[in-house]
Amino acid sequence: MTILETAGAAGLSDPILRLRGVSRAFPKGAGEVRVLDEVDLSLRGGEIVGLLGRSGSGKSTLLRIIAGLIRPSGGEVIYRGQPVEGPAEGIAMVFQTFALFPWLTVLQNVETGLEALRVPPREARRRALFAIDLIGLDGFESAYPRELSGGMRQRVGFARALVVEPTVLLLDEPFSALDVLTAETIRTDLLDLWIENRLPIKSMLLVTHNIEEAVFMCDRILIFSSNPGRVSDEIRVSFPHPRDRLDPEFRQLVDDIYARMTARQTMGPAGPAPKLHLASWLPRVSTNMMAGLIETVAAPPYDGNADLPEIARNLQLEVDDLFPVAEILQHLGFAEVREGDIRLTPDARNFAELDPQSRKTMFAHHLLASVPLAQHIRRVLDERPGHRAPRVRFEQELEDYLSDSAAEETLDAVIDWGRYAEIFAYNDQAAMFSLEDPKPEPVD
Amino acid sequence: MRESSLSYASLTARGLTPNRWDLIAFPLVLGLLLLAGKGAHETLAPLSALKEPVVSLDPLRLPEYALRTTLRMLAAMVASLVFTFTYGTLAAKSRRAELVLVPILDILQSVPVLGYISFTVVFFMSLFPGRVAGAELAAIFAIFTSQAWNMTFSFYQSLRTVPRDLEEATENFHFSAWQRFWRLEVPFAMPGLIWNMMMSMSGGWFFVVASEAITVGDTTITLPGIGAYLARSTAEKNLAAVGWAVLAMVLVIILYDQLMFRPLIAWADKFRTGQTGAQTAPQSWFLDLLQRSRLMRTMGRPAARLLGALARQRFAPLRPRKLRARTRRSTLIDIAWFAIVASAAGSAAWRIVVFFASGVDGTEIGHAFLLGLFTLMRVVVLIVIASLIWVPVGVAVGLRPRLAEKVQPLAQFLAAFPANLLFPVFVVAIVAWHLNPNIWLSPLIILGTQWYILFNVIAGASAYPNDLLEAAASLHLRGWQWWREAMLPGIFPYFVTGAITAAGGAWNASIVAEAVSWGNVKLTAAGLGAYIADNTAAGNYPKIVLGIAIMSLFVTLFNRFLWRPLYIYAEDRMRLD
Repeated sequence: MTILETAGAAGLSDPILRLRGVSRAFPKGAGEVRVLDEVDLSLRGGEIVGLLGRSGSGKSTLLRIIAGLIRPSGGEVIYRGQPVEGPAEGIAMVFQTFALFPWLTVLQNVETGLEALRVPPREARRRALFAIDLIGLDGFESAYPRELSGGMRQRVGFARALVVEPTVLLLDEPFSALDVLTAETIRTDLLDLWIENRLPIKSMLLVTHNIEEAVFMCDRILIFSSNPGRVSDEIRVSFPHPRDRLDPEFRQLVDDIYARMTARQTMGPAGPAPKLHLASWLPRVSTNMMAGLIETVAAPPYDGNADLPEIARNLQLEVDDLFPVAEILQHLGFAEVREGDIRLTPDARNFAELDPQSRKTMFAHHLLASVPLAQHIRRVLDERPGHRAPRVRFEQELEDYLSDSAAEETLDAVIDWGRYAEIFAYNDQAAMFSLEDPKPEPVD
Repeated sequence: MRESSLSYASLTARGLTPNRWDLIAFPLVLGLLLLAGKGAHETLAPLSALKEPVVSLDPLRLPEYALRTTLRMLAAMVASLVFTFTYGTLAAKSRRAELVLVPILDILQSVPVLGYISFTVVFFMSLFPGRVAGAELAAIFAIFTSQAWNMTFSFYQSLRTVPRDLEEATENFHFSAWQRFWRLEVPFAMPGLIWNMMMSMSGGWFFVVASEAITVGDTTITLPGIGAYLARSTAEKNLAAVGWAVLAMVLVIILYDQLMFRPLIAWADKFRTGQTGAQTAPQSWFLDLLQRSRLMRTMGRPAARLLGALARQRFAPLRPRKLRARTRRSTLIDIAWFAIVASAAGSAAWRIVVFFASGVDGTEIGHAFLLGLFTLMRVVVLIVIASLIWVPVGVAVGLRPRLAEKVQPLAQFLAAFPANLLFPVFVVAIVAWHLNPNIWLSPLIILGTQWYILFNVIAGASAYPNDLLEAAASLHLRGWQWWREAMLPGIFPYFVTGAITAAGGAWNASIVAEAVSWGNVKLTAAGLGAYIADNTAAGNYPKIVLGIAIMSLFVTLFNRFLWRPLYIYAEDRMRLD
């Protein structure tokens, strides 16, 4: 702990990395779609900073801008006084997908970055073996990535990044592709090395959507809000390492962050959900998840009123899994979400008791009343003489406001819901909406 | 289509062949061909006085010729499908049949396509004495031989890999073998089959053009079609007519692609198993039209209903299947089976030896073998040159998605375009500048097939994972290290797939490319292709058999000792998971 504090104190005066007004946007229709909006942040020596946000909030894009893999469309990244204009020496990255070269052995994967830096072969071999040893991979030097488990692969990812002795280590959701136990082991191992000051790095920037992980690892957490992505909040975490997840203070902080993030989502402390527009982005949440959450909250011990973090913990879900469901329930008028709490509306309590067909009827009613896009599709189909309309027609409308992928996801979400509610039919092969149900085919 | 090319190609490239069966298959195939050719030749000599349709060079006749050419392609495709379904099923379902059928297929695949026509022309013409139908059948058979083998391989491999759970489900629901075939096996094999049909088609144009005007000894075939049109324009030194033929072919391929293949691929997309949605589902405006137009749906319904009803038939009594234990008797049958097959192969081998003895001696074999080495050298050198050019280009294109989207169809089109239509242009140039045909005819063998390298590399580079590109950039990999450690291994399996196809096509093309003519000027490059072509024209059967046997041997060895190990290495070591 003392080492960390001295390192921190030494670095506080001048940031290693500074972002000024970093934006990223791409032209779309008449205007442009902003992914990142005027992000400022700085990274000092001796600290682990977390970028916490939901998927699609642009935090991974930001990390890639810092790594010099993507150019920002506005603003600048200053690393040690120099603007970053390409992959900078001294900034290394660990990938969510590991990104190991499958045709290279563990040792070759670790050495390849050194070779690129023209480190003499003998020296490179020595450093690579040391890094492999440090990260707990000895014995696996000659293995190919596919022979390794996910956890071991990510250890190679860490060894490969650390061996070049970077100043800044960028971590792009490095644990999210791993199972819970493995992730925890590697997290703790990494933190131990960091605390014992055995890592050749000055600071780490961790992108994550896992609140607990951020609180567990980081000294500072920047909460990222979506559409467009920007830093909306900064939280200092001053618990000493190693941190105890069951410590009431730890729990309190996690709940707090939950509340802040939900508050952000639902704008304002009270009142109904913000109205959706025709072109509002909608996440693809399955109707089974919606029904499941309604049933869970309606049943004891919650009886219609629950704490989202608690439900998430009990169901082994993360922010990313639960928020969208709660949010959609709110939009559909099935729930009110506020400060990390979810409260079912009377309709939703009713819904939990109904048989499948009546549920569909009720869902259809809510869908048409509160999702303008569903309403719009239905109206177009009603008005057309053949009661058919191609998918592109709606996709193009959405694409004036949303990115291509967001438009696609939104439309897919509404198609799912509309099919469940039986307010329209959709043929994926022909990409065609219609009002007809499949006719019973005569069997000859 | 892009992401699938690799997995489907692998189906054919990776044989499961036990080697001793090859020894049996090789004489069997050759012996069979020999019988077909020789028997017909001996008995039916006077038939050559065929009333020959004359092909007119009037460009206005070209649409009709193009249509006839296309119909030949279609007929061959239907025949290939029937063959695929029967042969592939037999090989997959019967262990004993499999032991013989798969190696035979492997050898059939390495016999040069134009070799088949030399043998079979006379046989087919004897079936319909004095009528065009025989010649038509011979041409269709030649095209069939260029299409059927890889389709059959793909189908056989798919049948062997039908997921166990789906198979169990069909048993659980008491499907009959017929029902299971149409409900499970064919749909499961569909994506691979369609891909291979596409590859077959694009190869097929070359052979349809080549087989419409061919002379075997004193039998001359001229079938109204683009190929015959081209042959006549070449004979009359009419460069304008060559231009018309090229134009007609371009249009035919584009129409064929738009009206037949795109729709088929877009439609077959639904047969992909697994939950992973492709990044880009294949699209076809024509299929959209068919599916969206009410008229079309109404018209198509009776046919769809009939097919559906046919697939629903059981053709077997509904009763629980009894599981049978394997008995010792089956080993006895195995031995008997092996004995039968081996003696058939032995007698075929003996016949070949006798046949050779009648027309070729040791020096002739040595001569043909040497010519084979020349052609081998041509193939190797040109594949290397084409790779040096097209790999960097393909990577550069593949890494730019927008560009790749535009270039990829073009490369596929160029691969389908029968390069032999362009040969006259080269010949004119070689004649005009007095170039050495031994060198300058060589590029012709790869003219049509180099594009397979290009489009496979483009596909590989497009499929290259973005995170690995980012990792390479983040690790500062540059220059040769970038190629060596990051890019080349990633596209290697794709490259091998392309190179296998290109090399196979080059061997085939050598028969046409090493001996070309323009009017009465005849250019020949020393090589096995020219040897086969010349002897075919002269009707010298023992030498044709010798040439084809040696070429098949070269191709088989080339596949065994170069391509297959490379492919397996690529699959094992460089698979991206």
